[in-house]
Amino acid sequence: MYVYDDFDRRFVAARVEQFRDQVARRLSGELTEEQFRPLRLMNGVYLQLHSYMLRVAIPYGTLSSTQLRRLARIARTHDRGYGHFTTRQNIQFNWPSLEKIPGILAELAEVEMHAIQTSGNCIRSITSDHFAGASADEVVDPRPYAEILRQWSSVHPEFGFLPRKFKIAITGAVQDRAAIRVHDVGLRVVRRDDGEIGFTVFVGGGLGRSPFLAWELRNFLPEKDLLAYVEAILRVYNLYGRRDNKYKARIKILMHEAGFETVRDEVEAEFARIRGRALELPAADVARIARRFALPALAGRPAVSVVEAAAAAADPAFARFVATNVTPHKVTGHASLTISLKPVGGVPGDATADQMDLVADLAERHAFGEIRVGHRQNLILPHVARDDLPAIHAALAAAGLATANAGLAGDTITCPGLDFCALANARSIPVAKKISHRFADPARADEIGPIDIKISGCINACGHHHVGAIGILGVDRKGEEFYQITVGGSAGDDARLGDIAGPGFRPHRVTDAVETVIDTWLDHRVAPSESFVDTYRRVGLAPFREALAALAR
Amino acid sequence: MQIVTANRLVDGRVVFRTAAGHWSETLAAALLLDAADVSAALAASAADVAARRIVAPYAVEVTLTSSGPVPKTVRERIRAGGPTSGSETLAPTRPARAA
Ligand code: SF4
Repeated sequence: MYVYDDFDRRFVAARVEQFRDQVARRLSGELTEEQFRPLRLMNGVYLQLHSYMLRVAIPYGTLSSTQLRRLARIARTHDRGYGHFTTRQNIQFNWPSLEKIPGILAELAEVEMHAIQTSGNCIRSITSDHFAGASADEVVDPRPYAEILRQWSSVHPEFGFLPRKFKIAITGAVQDRAAIRVHDVGLRVVRRDDGEIGFTVFVGGGLGRSPFLAWELRNFLPEKDLLAYVEAILRVYNLYGRRDNKYKARIKILMHEAGFETVRDEVEAEFARIRGRALELPAADVARIARRFALPALAGRPAVSVVEAAAAAADPAFARFVATNVTPHKVTGHASLTISLKPVGGVPGDATADQMDLVADLAERHAFGEIRVGHRQNLILPHVARDDLPAIHAALAAAGLATANAGLAGDTITCPGLDFCALANARSIPVAKKISHRFADPARADEIGPIDIKISGCINACGHHHVGAIGILGVDRKGEEFYQITVGGSAGDDARLGDIAGPGFRPHRVTDAVETVIDTWLDHRVAPSESFVDTYRRVGLAPFREALAALAR
Repeated sequence: MQIVTANRLVDGRVVFRTAAGHWSETLAAALLLDAADVSAALAASAADVAARRIVAPYAVEVTLTSSGPVPKTVRERIRAGGPTSGSETLAPTRPARAA
């Protein structure tokens, strides 16, 4: 993972002191709210419905045990005993008081963390595949490139005042688990037949008020050109992106309005001008950074674990957990383990301080002290021996962390919604809770199989509802909550935006609507292995719309 | 009827303007205003912004019930009552009053 050098340490420490001074000046009245607001946003501090909120960056979702313990300590001593993991692999504290935030930032700096660029019109924290470096289907580990992008984009002087925020996601696996097609820039690391590494570059994806899937700008960009090309994209966007209307300021709108070819030609022209110079990546530097992401020394183990098999035979709960929450690893006898933060009736993405400490301990004992945060708001231990799975499961179960539902109906993506968010139209969390109760029965969840249910409390789409097989969008109807259902979305390789499937529902009908959509899918799918989106592509919107219309009557 | 609400500067908590011109976390303590009195209350609130007590004051429509004022929109009911479904139960917080 990343390691701060002297410059980084001094820089982050200086930023903490600078913010401490800014907070003091705000509290003494030297700064007005108008003057202070952009300063606090540059340090990840929002003013939400009930309190300030601090968003802390977790670069490409990677945490050490030491860092996770620090997050737990902050939650316990400065907040209300929990933190909320977000769809952008970050963590948010919902209740810090303004006075305490500089101290929290100082505590974060001690473990090489900060809240810089977690807000504002800049390049945000880089996101990636939560199984990076571990999954059996990985072609190239994306983390060294995520790290190179992190270093390049951190306080990049030219891109601190973009027309709007800018999000970059990167994957290196066959299966896209980083939702690269719905980011401003999505990168897929690929290896050509001749062995050369490069990137397929997607640009202009995004959700929100005007959702777009990204356009493919380059099929193969050589590794050494990564920064020059991405810088060229940012330059073109910085120059031509609209600043007159914040709803039209993202690069997706520029792509849409100016046209894919125009933007591509501008980017290529700028790239031709700057390529091969200071931004070219020397292979030696890439190799040096890649060494920090070397696979831990995993002991040779047989592919089938006797310990695991015995535990699975004895304990159905464990067997089920393995079936849902354990993912194949590139090294035999090992696995990646998903710790679901979606207990039945729980708040999606929340973890208590004690739970964070426990996961940190388990990671230290069994997983080389490494934890990942996934964009589905779960925690992951990327490298564990299959022999250790029973012990880890038992420890998780004792802490309420062994919910066996990764990827299933209860594993919703859910934004904070109107319980916390100042921009919200409707609550998301109670909707998710009810859905998790409705599909809590393992037999029912298994009958349904994997499905993405995604919930946003407003059109900003932090809950990615457009790319949920079932998307739920909270809207405001005369001061009351109302929910619009979309179907057929997908964030992965078969990315598509969902279609609005009917009239909209009052809060107490949303779970029924979700179940109606699911039942309609089950009626139409040709085999249990057919995904929602595959069925949807085959049968279209009509059966879903009709079923929901019948429910609404 | 209306009330004036804001967030307290130092910790962001939701507060309501009282008859004495203070800011209370308790909705029931909010001063009830007729439409004609709202602009004066907002002007007084602006002074409290300048005095660094609060940020972003605004008026909210309420209905008067036997248990006190209740905001007309769900957003303002949640602001007044606290999160209805967060993990806040883990630590002391005000009771959820929102619908
Ligand atoms: S989608 Fe809307 S309600 Fe949900 S977190 Fe984002 S801005 Fe807030």
